[in-house]
Amino acid sequence: MNNIITIIKKELARFFGDRRLVFTTIIMPGLLIYLMYSLMGEGMMKQMTTPKDYVSKIYAYNMPAEMKDLFAPVKAEWTTWDGNASDKDRVLKEIADGEMDLLVCFPDNFLETVQTYQNSDGSAPQVELYYSSEKSNSLTAYNQINAMLDAWEEQMTNKFDVNRAEGRFGDYDQASETGMIGKLLSGLLPMLIMTFIFSGCSGVAPESIAGEKERGTIATLLVTPVKRSALALGKVISLSIIALMAGVSSFIGTILSLPKMMGDEVDINIVSYDMSDYLLLFAVIISTVFVIVSIISIISANSKSVKEATTMMAPFMIAIMLVSILPMLGVDVGGKAAYAIPLFNSVKTMSGIFGFSTNLPMAIMTIGVNVVATCVLVVVLTKMFDSENVMFGK
Amino acid sequence: MEELLQVKELRKTFQLTAKQQKLENTKEKVKVAVDGLSFTAYKGEVFGLLGPNGAGKTTTLRMLATLIKPDSGDAILDGASIVSQPEIVRSKIGFLTSELKLEDFFTPNYQYDFFSGLYGVDPQIAAARKKELFERFGIDKFAEVKYGNLSTGMKQKVSLVVSLVHDPDVVIFDEPTNGLDVLTAKVVTDFLLDLKSRGKSIIVSTHIFSLIEKVCDRVGIVIAGKMVECGTLGEICGEKTLEDRFFEIYEEKVGRIDE
Ligand SMILES: Nc1ncnc2c1ncn2[C@@H]1O[C@H](COP(=O)(O)OP(=O)(O)OP(=O)(O)O)[C@@H](O)[C@H]1O
Ligand SMILES: [Mg+2]
Repeated sequence: MNNIITIIKKELARFFGDRRLVFTTIIMPGLLIYLMYSLMGEGMMKQMTTPKDYVSKIYAYNMPAEMKDLFAPVKAEWTTWDGNASDKDRVLKEIADGEMDLLVCFPDNFLETVQTYQNSDGSAPQVELYYSSEKSNSLTAYNQINAMLDAWEEQMTNKFDVNRAEGRFGDYDQASETGMIGKLLSGLLPMLIMTFIFSGCSGVAPESIAGEKERGTIATLLVTPVKRSALALGKVISLSIIALMAGVSSFIGTILSLPKMMGDEVDINIVSYDMSDYLLLFAVIISTVFVIVSIISIISANSKSVKEATTMMAPFMIAIMLVSILPMLGVDVGGKAAYAIPLFNSVKTMSGIFGFSTNLPMAIMTIGVNVVATCVLVVVLTKMFDSENVMFGK
Repeated sequence: MEELLQVKELRKTFQLTAKQQKLENTKEKVKVAVDGLSFTAYKGEVFGLLGPNGAGKTTTLRMLATLIKPDSGDAILDGASIVSQPEIVRSKIGFLTSELKLEDFFTPNYQYDFFSGLYGVDPQIAAARKKELFERFGIDKFAEVKYGNLSTGMKQKVSLVVSLVHDPDVVIFDEPTNGLDVLTAKVVTDFLLDLKSRGKSIIVSTHIFSLIEKVCDRVGIVIAGKMVECGTLGEICGEKTLEDRFFEIYEEKVGRIDE
């Protein structure tokens, strides 16, 4: 027991004594994620939306005066165009370049034709809208005008409405805002958390185990009377502490940048999990860290050099990614049996917690399975430390 | 004299990789490094294993230090078997070899405390011992310098001190003066003699005759993994020098050296 603590202390002293290592493993991931997601979010928002007070610039050709009243709710600056064919290219280019947003063309005698039009008459009069879907302003203008024309058309042949005004039972859409966010987070966060834990651990484990083999310092430990199990546990626990800190840093970065990424549409403050959810989540994360660290430690112990360890870790990383992506795709693979598989169960349980559908028995099973898996893996690691073929072989 | 170490029919083979086969220019898949080696060493003496390159000295000492396990045979060190009680053996010995490296990142001070902790040395005793050993080897001036920044000689001294933090009764030393300049080599030999005068038992391996003559009470000559001659210097050499006697034995067992 004392020896485990001595080894943990040494590993942590090694890690925290190296400011560069602390920066790259713990501080940088959180910082990078925050900056990246914030910038990405802001960029996305700029692309996707038109500012609320934006005034659309619209060309109108042959527009009846009555239509202008119909379009009054649209904030727009209307320019009349005489439809001169020689001028056509210029007008369309202005829309393509984003200088103008839309061109609305009405056929001759539009209103009269519409009034007298019967279904059996053949082709209906057509309104043409020229726009550019690349430009968000143009797209917005198109959508607005199009929606108004549609509504107007419906109104003319109106027999009945669906969901027109205030409903007698309140809102029509029964999806709650928390449910929506929960769905979003339950897909996204498990994957992010798994990635962070993995990258936090993969930064230090190869150094600490394969590196000690490569440099010959592990032999110095092996001639001391320290139990191999103490060595294995000491390494796994200290690496887990570091991986957890890296994970927490990335997590904070993500949480801080989420509002920026999702924009005004989603109010992140609505998301409120219970204290018990947080505790459960923490327990699941810790058990997950242990499993991932143990696996990476075994891979490292089996490698001759840091470089080899890093290479050998790639397939494991891909497996983790694949498993973590499943909730995002909205597929439920494996049902309850999946909770018996370490790491896969973590993803499912975390997804459940973030989606406001915590399943306590399954969460406890997840933690239990992960703890058992860690014990088995630590025994394997112990055996590896005791094997001269693994420690000095090749 | 009381027996310290009984080595009984130790045997160790290594599987050779294709690359190693090429290097050693052999078709054999296994290399017999130690081939049924036996000897006895007594408490309080310095026992020397003498042999040419590749004789199996290092492999033997690594087995005694429990870094690797013998294929067959056993050795009983102060009552503990290297095969079935490796942890007890480890707590009794100090193993010194260039194979054991220290981490560049830590200072001698930290390394000493770390290993003291692992050996379970009482902190007060450890502190007093550290002070004494650091002064003796001139490490005190470099106690807070990272190991990686020390000179080669100073590194050797720190390694030596660190592997003796627990003041073991048995010291196993592979090639104690290899790669050291004459000054550092003298410090190390003097230290060996000092350990002996304090009643420690010492087992060294070397191919340097003068070192054996200077420090060893008894010698075992190892050739091709086998013990070919074992006894006090007087018993082995008679009137001849160790060097002459060694070549005689070698030609007797292996054939002419220039062949
Ligand atoms: N891990 C290993 N794999 C394969 N062969 C090995 C291994 N370790 C040692 N050998 C071989 O075993 C033989 C004995 O090696 P050992 O290092 O014990 O000799 P030595 O007496 O210490 O020699 P030296 O004076 O060169 O140090 C050599 O032929 C060596 O090549
Ligand atoms: Mg050797």
